[in-house]
Amino acid sequence: MPIYQIGPKRLVVGAHYGLKEWIIQRVTAIVMVVFTVVLLVDYCVTGSATYEGWSGLFSNQFMKLLTLLAFFSLFYHAWIGVRDIWMDYIKPVSIRLTLQVLTVLYLVACAAYAVQILWKV
Amino acid sequence: MVEAQQNVKKDRPVYRNIGLAQLIKYRLPWAGKVSILHRISGAVLFLLLPFILYLFDQSLASELSYQNFQAFTGNILVKIICLGLIWSFLHHFCAGIRYLLLDLEIGVEKSESNRSAIIVLIVGIALTAVVGLKLFGLY
Repeated sequence: MPIYQIGPKRLVVGAHYGLKEWIIQRVTAIVMVVFTVVLLVDYCVTGSATYEGWSGLFSNQFMKLLTLLAFFSLFYHAWIGVRDIWMDYIKPVSIRLTLQVLTVLYLVACAAYAVQILWKV
Repeated sequence: MVEAQQNVKKDRPVYRNIGLAQLIKYRLPWAGKVSILHRISGAVLFLLLPFILYLFDQSLASELSYQNFQAFTGNILVKIICLGLIWSFLHHFCAGIRYLLLDLEIGVEKSESNRSAIIVLIVGIALTAVVGLKLFGLY
């Protein structure tokens, strides 16, 4: 940590500035693009929208894992994007930190719900 | 000549900390419009995540819930919300692909990036129309 960030001037909000977030934002985006293409191809191949076809697709173990990866990518991607929005527009540290904490809790809850949905099928 | 140039310079509006009143007059380039819509569409998708997951849950849980899902999404209000979500997703998707290409230094020239921004806007709306017509059962 640089010396000027120690004491009252240190950064107290934000989650790792820099390259890591930037790369994750792009990796998670690509995972979601792949997932979207797979869904689209499946739709073009099967064509019809029935419950058997739809649930059959997600009962496949490979598809389950790919969907889970896509969902987790979505939540991490959303965390970085929404964190950027708070950092851009919300200046008071107390409000920004509160919003960031709520965002994380919200996304973790969404992730739990997504797992529950997928493993019911 | 120099005087004329200075006059032109003087007339230009200067924006530092932009307030809401100035935002209305602020003319963004196409890339700027795509960028702010990328942010807005992302925020909309984030806020409606529980709704999206709920629809996904209903569509998958059982034969009965699938029927509920079909009845629920048959509602005109739900269809309109879904159409908004579909545009948000498609615009965010297309604008995101544009950013990935820009990262690879494809289309970073000013005129090219302006053109690709316009293409992103048009493709986002056109794909929304294609999916929307399907959603409202026109084909």
